[in-house]
Amino acid sequence: MVERSPLLEVREVRKAFGGIAAISDVSLHVGEGEIVGLVGPNGAGKTTLFNCVCGQIRPDGGHVLLEGRELLGMPTYKRARLGVGRTYQRVEIFPDMSVADHLLVALRARDRTGRLWKDLCNMSAPTEDERRRVNACLELVGIADRAESAVSALGLGSCRLVELARALVAEPVLLLADEPSSGLDVHETAELAEVLKMLHRERGMAMLLVEHDLGMVSDVVDRAVVMDLGAVIAEGTFDEVMAMPSVRHAYLGLSA
Amino acid sequence: MEHFLGFAIPGIPYGCTYSIMAVGLVLTYQATGVFNFAYGAQAYVSAFIFTLLIQNEHLPIWLAFLIAVVILGPGLGLVFDRFLFRKISNTNTVAKLVVGIALFVGIPAILSIIFGSANQYNTPSVLFNPDVVYFRVADTPINGIYLSTVVTTAVILVALLALMRLTNLGLQMRGAVESRRLISLDGVNAGRVVATAWAISGLMAGLAGVLLAPIYGQLQFSDYAALMVAAFAAAAWAVLRSMPIAALVGILMGVTVTVLQGYLPVSSVWSSAALTSLPFVVLLAALLLVRGLRSVDQTKDPLSSVDPPTPPTTATLRAPTMDKNIRRSYYVLLAVFAVSMLTWMPKTWESVFNNALVYAVIFLSITLITGMGGQLSLAQATLAGVGAVTAAQLASHLGLNFLVGGLVGAIVAGAVAVVIAFASVRLRGLGLALMTIAAALFFDNAVFPQEAIGTGGYDLKSSWIGLGLHDANGHAFFILVMVVLVICVLGVMQVQKGTLGRFLGAMRGSDTAAAGLGINLTWQHVVIFALAGVVAGIGGTLLSIQQASASPELFNYQFSLVFVVVVVTTGVSTVEGAIQAGFGYIVLQQLITYLPARWGGNNLVILFFAFGALTYAAHPEGILEYQKRKWTLRAERIIYRSKPDGGPAPGGGAVLPDPSPTPTPAVHDHG
Repeated sequence: MVERSPLLEVREVRKAFGGIAAISDVSLHVGEGEIVGLVGPNGAGKTTLFNCVCGQIRPDGGHVLLEGRELLGMPTYKRARLGVGRTYQRVEIFPDMSVADHLLVALRARDRTGRLWKDLCNMSAPTEDERRRVNACLELVGIADRAESAVSALGLGSCRLVELARALVAEPVLLLADEPSSGLDVHETAELAEVLKMLHRERGMAMLLVEHDLGMVSDVVDRAVVMDLGAVIAEGTFDEVMAMPSVRHAYLGLSA
Repeated sequence: MEHFLGFAIPGIPYGCTYSIMAVGLVLTYQATGVFNFAYGAQAYVSAFIFTLLIQNEHLPIWLAFLIAVVILGPGLGLVFDRFLFRKISNTNTVAKLVVGIALFVGIPAILSIIFGSANQYNTPSVLFNPDVVYFRVADTPINGIYLSTVVTTAVILVALLALMRLTNLGLQMRGAVESRRLISLDGVNAGRVVATAWAISGLMAGLAGVLLAPIYGQLQFSDYAALMVAAFAAAAWAVLRSMPIAALVGILMGVTVTVLQGYLPVSSVWSSAALTSLPFVVLLAALLLVRGLRSVDQTKDPLSSVDPPTPPTTATLRAPTMDKNIRRSYYVLLAVFAVSMLTWMPKTWESVFNNALVYAVIFLSITLITGMGGQLSLAQATLAGVGAVTAAQLASHLGLNFLVGGLVGAIVAGAVAVVIAFASVRLRGLGLALMTIAAALFFDNAVFPQEAIGTGGYDLKSSWIGLGLHDANGHAFFILVMVVLVICVLGVMQVQKGTLGRFLGAMRGSDTAAAGLGINLTWQHVVIFALAGVVAGIGGTLLSIQQASASPELFNYQFSLVFVVVVVTTGVSTVEGAIQAGFGYIVLQQLITYLPARWGGNNLVILFFAFGALTYAAHPEGILEYQKRKWTLRAERIIYRSKPDGGPAPGGGAVLPDPSPTPTPAVHDHG
């Protein structure tokens, strides 16, 4: 396995809800250009960890560092501007908008080019460069033909791709993808895996991927981290961790 | 100590009145998940009918009580549930609040239309004789009214706690408010449980209304509305969960008021301002300090994760063809209207239309906050008042031209809006609505009445304005208002289609995803509040010129509520919705004057819009906008069907959801 300099470092992060520990002293890292699979049964604390990294919930303790910079105490939008992109377990779309507008919003939020005076002076129409970047991203995920469609008229699979394109258009240094294949059929899942691999290959984008489809995980990731009951129980290549008795026990209830 | 007790004890019965209402609010919220803005109105209905039956129909007290409290109270609750809230149980908080506000303004209007506007007096006491002093505590005489209030509060509190904590029904109610779908899966008839909760809540409201009525010599809705603010404050400290805390805070507020009254000098600013504004200060403090309120209305339904995303409003995804048609027809209408106003329009109607244009400017501020921001501000009339009063101050004290002062006033209104926005930066939905109404009431009770800023308001002098603009019926004023309206409309439209509009659209769709993209939610929240404040301030100045008065009475909080109801009826997402609201609100008021007075006058107009607002949950784009879209699509279908090649698809070929409110079923998560 190639050792990479750490892009994301999570050190002993813990979070409890009403006295019940959702994650306890979780540590992991993602290297530059590395795809790490974060797997584990339901309730393992994967999404809670994502929320701690993105800033959507405040951990009770520990550290989250991006390129050596402490993220704790930083609001979500600032973390996003530093290059943390995310897709969500439950699709989070903007029902009043078209597909292209989703990406335009993401671009402008990242580039911080929106100004009220520009709005008032009718200078906020999408620029040629913005259109080009939006189209390129939509082509990348394969929904360029739906750029002007209302997002609410799309199926779940397409919505997931819109979410992915929205996260990618801002060119994040780290993508947190939370169950991106949830609700997709086998064919769509395979296509999504290809997109993720291509992103990794061509852009060198680092990813932390939460996924229940272990076939997809094995196909995409460089390394896997397994969580159960709020703690990391295994770490290594996908095949290594899947062979570990503790992982088999966590997933299947089989005795070690 | 005895001195203190002498002041404190009379406060307990007053505090109990706050407590009864607060406990009722908490019960309704606990049992139904609805923050019942109309609770005070429900209480008023029972008190009104009870008094009417006794005074006018000479029924015995027990029979009047049976009809007004035991039958009418739960009946109203059941009607609310069956015809309104049951249909919107899965909608967002803003929609539920709008329905509650529509009932709040609509119910007193219905009573006035049916029974006339004559006030009711001297409601009899149900429990104890009000003229008898039963005993004394620390030299304070306790008469029948005080005694019945305290006893009733205690009995109601114990009964409700027992119901919620000890009975199976209470358990089912608590389950239903978390997820009525989930308890249905457990075999519970959730509809019946929630209906029972509404009936009990209605009974409580009726009981509270009748028991509180003897405290006020004259029965007025405004007293019940004011009581509701104190109840909001007590319920807020209880995070809408704990009935004992709500009751305790209510009693403490009552005691604090009488103690302060006792110790503060009668003529001091504190005694005049601080006392009247105490409930609003307490509410404000709760909203700022009680962390639980920030997430109180976030859905807790475990099954909400399988809900499809909210469908888009039809107005935001209107077909390009329709957009074009509407725009063209507006240009034609505008030209005809302008020419008519400047040539043949009778003075009466010129004044009416000028007034409508002024209101359209104020209503644009609601388009910004609610239509674009997706939040409910109940202080837009107040902000309009800030603009007007500032302009009047500057004209009166510095001799500044009223129009220039109006611009300064608009900036001041924007600044006040920014303060409100910062104070409410972590609040959304219910919390934000309460914060804005607290701010509005604070201004009504503590700021506007101050002698230093005009007390009863200013009568505008023609020398303050110049250019003949003081004549509200004149062409000059019409041109001024038209120019201002056009500038505001263009500004709002530019913002709507610009980056800010897109960011706000993202926030309406998902706060979480918007922040995750790098959007600073706080900044967008503050900017939209500021813009809406400026627009409201401009509108307020124009209204003052039109009314020749900068009186705070033109801008009290009840107007804010009515404004919301009016605009959501005609269309809160579009600028044409605000213009239609301005014209609808004023022109209907004028048309009503041609009807006999017994038809209810302005109450009929308010009722009309209240009915419209009740449909907000089903048609968040406004019932008028919805109907317009529906009929335009039908017209398009007929036109294109009649062509041999069929023509383009209705809706200009745009991908549009069905106009019905049924959510798109395709998008949901199984994960």
